[in-house]
Amino acid sequence: MDAHVQTIDLNAYYGAIPALKNVNLEIPKNQITVIMGPSGCGKTTLLKTINRFLELTDGTRISGKVLIDGEDIYGQGVDVTEIRKKAGLLAQRPYPLPMSIYENVAYGLRIHNMKHGRELDQAVEHHLREAGLWEEVKDRLRSPATGLSIGQQQRLCLARGLAVEPELLLGDEPTSALDPISAQHIEQRLLDLKNEYTIVLVTHILRQAKRLADYVVFMYLGEVVESGPARQVFESPQQERTRAYLEGQF
Amino acid sequence: MKRRRFEENFFKGIMIFCFLLVASSLGFILFIVVMKGLPALNWAMLTQTPKGGYYLGKEGGILNAIIGSIYLAGGGTLLALILGLPIAFYVGVYSRKSKIADWVRLSLDILWGVPSIVYGAFGFILMLSMGMRASLLGGIITLALLELPIMTRAMDEVIRMVPRDLEQASYALGATRFETAFRVVIRQTLPGIITAILLAFGRGIGDAASVLFTAGYTDRLPGGLLQPVASLPLAVFFQLGTPFPEVQQRAYSAALVLTFIVLIISLGSRWLSNRLSRFAHE
Amino acid sequence: MNNLKTAKQLNSFPKKRSLLRLSRGSKERFTDKLFLSISLLPVVLIALLVLALWLRTQPIFESQSLWSLLLGQTWHPIKKQFGFLPFIAGTVWVTLVAMVLSVPVCLFSAIYLSEYARPSTRTIMKPLLDLLAAIPSVVYGVWGMLAIVPWIQKSFAPFMNKWLGYIPFFKVNNPTGFGIMAGGVVLAVMVAPFIIAITYEVLQAVPNGLRQASLAVGATQWETIKFVVMRQCLPGVIAGIVLGASRALGETMAVLMVVGNVPQLPTSIFDAAYPLPALIANNYGEMLTIPLYDAALMGASLILLLVVLVFNILSTLILSRIVGRTWT
Repeated sequence: MDAHVQTIDLNAYYGAIPALKNVNLEIPKNQITVIMGPSGCGKTTLLKTINRFLELTDGTRISGKVLIDGEDIYGQGVDVTEIRKKAGLLAQRPYPLPMSIYENVAYGLRIHNMKHGRELDQAVEHHLREAGLWEEVKDRLRSPATGLSIGQQQRLCLARGLAVEPELLLGDEPTSALDPISAQHIEQRLLDLKNEYTIVLVTHILRQAKRLADYVVFMYLGEVVESGPARQVFESPQQERTRAYLEGQF
Repeated sequence: MKRRRFEENFFKGIMIFCFLLVASSLGFILFIVVMKGLPALNWAMLTQTPKGGYYLGKEGGILNAIIGSIYLAGGGTLLALILGLPIAFYVGVYSRKSKIADWVRLSLDILWGVPSIVYGAFGFILMLSMGMRASLLGGIITLALLELPIMTRAMDEVIRMVPRDLEQASYALGATRFETAFRVVIRQTLPGIITAILLAFGRGIGDAASVLFTAGYTDRLPGGLLQPVASLPLAVFFQLGTPFPEVQQRAYSAALVLTFIVLIISLGSRWLSNRLSRFAHE
Repeated sequence: MNNLKTAKQLNSFPKKRSLLRLSRGSKERFTDKLFLSISLLPVVLIALLVLALWLRTQPIFESQSLWSLLLGQTWHPIKKQFGFLPFIAGTVWVTLVAMVLSVPVCLFSAIYLSEYARPSTRTIMKPLLDLLAAIPSVVYGVWGMLAIVPWIQKSFAPFMNKWLGYIPFFKVNNPTGFGIMAGGVVLAVMVAPFIIAITYEVLQAVPNGLRQASLAVGATQWETIKFVVMRQCLPGVIAGIVLGASRALGETMAVLMVVGNVPQLPTSIFDAAYPLPALIANNYGEMLTIPLYDAALMGASLILLLVVLVFNILSTLILSRIVGRTWT
């Protein structure tokens, strides 16, 4: 298996409380990896270690390694903004930036000084298409992003994340705030995108996991109980706790 | 990339500098006031009223101003409390989220920003129309107006923090709103209410512009509600206005005494509310 | 837990008879009415302030028009000449200098506290700002006279005069050190706790998800602040600054003690000025002895009140929308 992200003896703490315990994982390239488990099991914490978001919370601590393409992202001299550029994020709720639709997508490109003028316009269009939003907003690119419906906003956030050309796409229950149709929209996008990006998705919806996952990680109380190809885990779980969870006993 | 990291560090540096500048200004002010105020400070300053020739540099003290200020601020705070407590309860318990409550809050916020000199002028007009002259009562009324918005808004903030279900539980037992306010809510919010009272008292005792018109000034101890009364801020101000260095020295000492009182009140209220809230939450 | 305790407290209610021997229902109706009428006091008070000052200002309009008052440059009470322009100009100058000095420092401090500082630093800052806000106006004045005025007189003014003196704005026409600059510095420190506290609250009201949305595409923290957080907060920050300015505008004693009090139209930041509050405070003693003088001073108070009211109403309305309150 071709591992894109790898964690080695990863531990995370909120103050003195451990949130992740000795996590050793390999996340395969260009597949959808779904991290599932009951709430409070550390799945969002694990996701946050991959784009170094955990350190934004006061009092958090980490030990162990997280490698992206074999490089330790917590190593010396690593530029955190480069890491975050590499790993796009789709949050629980869409947070459009307080600017126009166009500027939202162009934001990362401008920050990283990647594209200008005509090229920028093309990039914005390309990524809005990628997120399946172009047809709906092409006539009002200059209007504020907050005017979009919440489902459209989430796709805008997807376009914004894709614009800086990440390798990874991290989704933290990205459909939990959306209506069923918008959620379906996002899921379809993710399936379309998995050939080009490595996607890591946190969800507590079992059916969503089954619909999307190529590779599954099951967590419980900060530990990885079981991980493996989706079919294997769903059809013949090796661990008792995984089986119990899949049967809905949590 | 280098440029971006430089910009980040550059602005972070500026921010830390600004923050330290603000933090150190308090130390700077206290340092100056203590340095200049301490030399002339002695027991007689605190325990005597001005004797003949005091303003030429002869013997005496500022006891008249210390006592006067306590009377003024004490009276003003009491009056503000009598008016402010019902307002805070009305806004916070009786009719939360009503249009009236919004209007009252808005007016309190606006009054909070009205300069004290304007309250002074208003108090002066009030006194003229009632045929009063500069007196303790005039000063108390003016200070009460000044303190009312500060105190009420502070109380409102703590009353708002009271969980809604606590009130509901009280209503469910058949208590009236008055009973709920004065028996349930007041117990929960007592530390906050005391803090609000001390905050207002501190603001009142330090204010000069409002009592300038209304309380007058006298070298004697306060005689009665309708007699003029001295105050510490004005003692500082008037003594600075004399041409004699000895008297100016005493102004610095008076400023030190005033600062000391205000800081004690501010720190004390913080300490007290920390202590009391520990008991309130059991 | 809380509810349990409350229940115990409440059980004792019905046994106690009310003092007035009214039934609980009618007592409730009475206190309802009483509390409502007391609560209307603040609303009435604003109207009363304006009305009273307006009525007391009226006599002056018998001899002068509004425009000659506001734009008149001579102040000669005995000749019944009451031109407010020098005082209005003084107020504007001192307030502007104070805001120019204070606003950048306050914004950076508030951003530092909200976005960068560790929780321990934040907990120290709150009492520190409270103390700074609690120091009485006259004490600020004493500090200004003892520390700021000599510094301006001996170091700052000569320095500026030497290097920038060819610009009228920085020319030293007044060697005493008492002047607009001194007033501005003192006011800048006095309004700092307000502006910092309000800005801090406005910044805290920005949802973290918005910051993370920007950080997630690889923006630095400063870029996030500059492009996202500040853009989101701009109305609130402006409202906070306006509120700070309205405090500076009405501040009396501290300014009065360091600003020089010369009724003139200033041209340099080192000139003496005579702001409106200082005018009122300095002359209250004589105002009843000269005809129309009291009306003129009440007029000065009225101008001050109206400007402050407009500033406060606007910023309060904006802030109440953002953070739900303005009180710090």
